[in-house]
Amino acid sequence: MTTEQELRAIVISVLTEVAPDIDAATIDPDADFLEQLDIDSMDFLNIIVAINERTGIEIPERDYPKLSTLNDAVGYLAHAQKQAAGA
Amino acid sequence: MSDFVMPSLGADMEAGTLLDWYVKPGDTVKRGDIVALVDTSKAEIEVEIFEDGVIDELVVPVGVRVPVGAVLATLHPVGAKVAAAVGAPVEPAPPIPAPAPRAPPIAAPAPPPPSPPSAGPAPPAPAPVPAAAGTNHRLRVSPLARRVAEQLGVDLATVTGTGPNGAITRADVERVSTVAVPAPQAAVAPPPPPEPVDRQAAMRAAIGALMARSKREIPHYYLQLEIDMSRAIEWLHETNLERPVNDRLLPSALLLSAVARAAVEMPEMNGFWIDDAFRPGSGVHLGVAISLRGGGLVAPALHDADRKSLAEIMAGVRDLVQRARAGRLRSSEMSDPTLTVTNLGEHGVDLVHGVIYPPQVALVGFGAVRERPWTADGMLGVRPTVTATLAADHRASDGHTGSRLLTLIDRQLQKPETL
Repeated sequence: MTTEQELRAIVISVLTEVAPDIDAATIDPDADFLEQLDIDSMDFLNIIVAINERTGIEIPERDYPKLSTLNDAVGYLAHAQKQAAGA
Repeated sequence: MSDFVMPSLGADMEAGTLLDWYVKPGDTVKRGDIVALVDTSKAEIEVEIFEDGVIDELVVPVGVRVPVGAVLATLHPVGAKVAAAVGAPVEPAPPIPAPAPRAPPIAAPAPPPPSPPSAGPAPPAPAPVPAAAGTNHRLRVSPLARRVAEQLGVDLATVTGTGPNGAITRADVERVSTVAVPAPQAAVAPPPPPEPVDRQAAMRAAIGALMARSKREIPHYYLQLEIDMSRAIEWLHETNLERPVNDRLLPSALLLSAVARAAVEMPEMNGFWIDDAFRPGSGVHLGVAISLRGGGLVAPALHDADRKSLAEIMAGVRDLVQRARAGRLRSSEMSDPTLTVTNLGEHGVDLVHGVIYPPQVALVGFGAVRERPWTADGMLGVRPTVTATLAADHRASDGHTGSRLLTLIDRQLQKPETL
């Protein structure tokens, strides 16, 4: 089980790979990162793919809106992980 | 033997700096192989060769900036014998005391040397010209410069070299020859010495120059159509449920595919306006507008988009975006687009009235796909819609033709399963 802290580190590392010009320290955890980081749908898909590769968590397309801020994304992943473990 | 010349990597390019050679004399190359890296000041571009053959000679050394059309390398067909004399670009002058054989220029004005890539057989390479007698230091002259000097009747001894280690380049020869040969050569600007460029500023300037030219020369007309995307989006969600995350499709893939298929039916919107005439594109190569982080824009070609599956379009666009941002696009991608598509809706706007990328004759734009009020069968409801726009060149088409392109795009999007 990956801790929330680790999940957060994974998401931040994925974000900075897709948008190398951003400074991880300046990410507002409650701001929509599509707007904040100026990423488009292709970037977002790459982020979802990378998160899946690192965590093994499958994110269905209908859940994309639930990952729109850093805090939401971490919360979603932690929840999905628990569900998968409990199932 | 034929020449491999500096290609035009977009209508805004006048010259390029050769950054690296990926081949050497004697290497066998196939059409499409990446043979060199060129800096256009906007970006570094991997240049592909456009015919099969064996490299004879690399004419332009690394680090030298040359105008579009300048010979970069020479090659001969596979299996052909290499001309013995070639291949010794900067040999010391043979100890022949005779004066340089000054090819007497034919009375008629010599044609300007830069030849388009497809020009007929290149003139036979002259035997190495002994450097001017009387000079003790060895004269470094590129073979191309020699040939041009011979054609123009320029005495190499009178030319000051500005190339690496004082080598005489074609531009040096031409500079001298402009005194004797008037009009055509004057057009070839002497290449400025390579200097570190502020890429951001250079790109801004290049975009500015090209867009100003577009607005100055192209009589744009604009059309727009709101398209019901409910079928397309529904189909997309269904197919994505079955696809692993890596193979999922984005709405933009559907939009690109729809444009490509519509363009096949409307060849008059897919091509170029050159020399007061329309030239249809060979194939549908969609220019995909990609904004770069930190500013700037490129629109490289997604080749044969009409024949690609949605998965192939996704893979192609992903690859283009990645390489555009890493600054590693290929020459064919820069010069081939026949119709550009801009998907500015990605950034939230409802519609975009585009500026045509010369010499293309049309540009299709898409706003954001989002839920909006929509009437159908006398009922007001909410559906995902997108506003498609067309900016088109009135010299090449009329609004009637343009409106057909938009309605064809709409029709394609109503049967997403066939895209």
